[in-house]
Amino acid sequence: MVKRTFSLALAAAVISGLTGCATTANNPKDPFEGFNRAMFTVNEGLDLVLKPVAQGYDAAAPLPVRAGVGNFFGNIYDVWTAVNNLLQGKGGDALSDVGRLLINTTIGIGGVFDVASEMGLEKHTEDFGQTLGKWGVGDGPYLYWPLIGPRTTRDTFGWAVDSYADPVWRVDDVALRNTLVGVRFIDLRASFLPTDKVVEQAAFDKYNYIRDAYLQNRHSEINDGKAPIEGREDQECEQSRCY
Amino acid sequence: MRAEPLLLKGACGRVGLFGKREMRSLFSLLFGVFLLVASVFAQEDSPDALIKKVTDDVLTIVRQDKDIQSGNTRKAIELVEAKVLPHFNFQRMTALAMGKDWRQATPEQKKRLSEEFKTLLVRTYSNALTGYKDQSVRYKPTKVQGDDTDVVVRTEILQPGGKPIQLNYSVEKQPEGWKVYDVVVAGVSLVTNYRDTFNQEVRANGIDGLVLMLGNKNKQPESGKK
Repeated sequence: MVKRTFSLALAAAVISGLTGCATTANNPKDPFEGFNRAMFTVNEGLDLVLKPVAQGYDAAAPLPVRAGVGNFFGNIYDVWTAVNNLLQGKGGDALSDVGRLLINTTIGIGGVFDVASEMGLEKHTEDFGQTLGKWGVGDGPYLYWPLIGPRTTRDTFGWAVDSYADPVWRVDDVALRNTLVGVRFIDLRASFLPTDKVVEQAAFDKYNYIRDAYLQNRHSEINDGKAPIEGREDQECEQSRCY
Repeated sequence: MRAEPLLLKGACGRVGLFGKREMRSLFSLLFGVFLLVASVFAQEDSPDALIKKVTDDVLTIVRQDKDIQSGNTRKAIELVEAKVLPHFNFQRMTALAMGKDWRQATPEQKKRLSEEFKTLLVRTYSNALTGYKDQSVRYKPTKVQGDDTDVVVRTEILQPGGKPIQLNYSVEKQPEGWKVYDVVVAGVSLVTNYRDTFNQEVRANGIDGLVLMLGNKNKQPESGKK
């Protein structure tokens, strides 16, 4: 019954979203705004359940446990980061990532402790969407998906490749696999808790704020933080006085 | 401090004529004052030192203040207004957030827009402070040439179990000293992130519409839900 109501609500949201396209789409980067906003509403609904779970985890797990969980999954992900750094032609970074993996898996006891960072091997995070971006693939239309949230079209494809390569999804034991995926998801959600509050305060329209922030963030990540901030050039200031 | 009575004694004991010893202590006093002034001046003069000082001051207070840690936004706002606000150029920030539309605004509208945007940013920043927990800040080296007037000060927020978050400040030299005009978190400018929203509002309801929109937002109770 609950399931059926939910799928009805989902269907209604999708339909209203698709038909709503013409009225709300006024950002060229976001041609499917109607659909996206409907999915956004769906996610906000799912989050009514997810957020309290994440908050519970955040409150119950002491800091060393949370840090250990984050480090453990971060260590597994370093493999994929290394591959992507290599694909982007950043051999030095890739080598450093492999070094991190070796150190943290051994001295860091299976990745629970991030010893490598303390030794000065900086943590990078690279995904296949960033690699495609580096190769010159453009953003494409912005999309908002249930569960996974905001992705450009390029990054949606990148995400599919990331998931295919994800070793956690390849664990044979079903119970263990589900536990790992679940814990990682809750840990990820918990890591956004402080950001939630800030976005609530800062945004006029949460959907817009998240979209614009996501696009800026991806632009920066693809350029490893070295890209100039967009929109700096067209402001009217004379000798930095804007009167 | 200790040189003062010495100096007085010298001045009273032999009016107009300083002994060698007094001269030396007077000299060291003056030299000390000179060093102090020079170091204060040098600190004011370097944007990275300014950012570090303000950040350290604020975080020292937040670490000791249980009210702010437990989400008392009002108290965080007071802290931000006292320590952070003087080092920001809100007019420049508002112009940056609005882009080309800024030109259309009258001086009176510009003043109101800047005031409202300031309130919004102060609240946002204060809200972020109440979420402060377990993190630490790493300052990255900043290259400042002698005649630079526009500098990016790079810092990183380190958090246990997570990837460091880049937190950069764009700072410009003004006659009154260095002023921050943009804050960029993980590549996201907290200022230009409003550009599309503001442009849309101006297109729909004009500059006055934007003034009203900002005003209404600021009338809502701060921090939203706790």
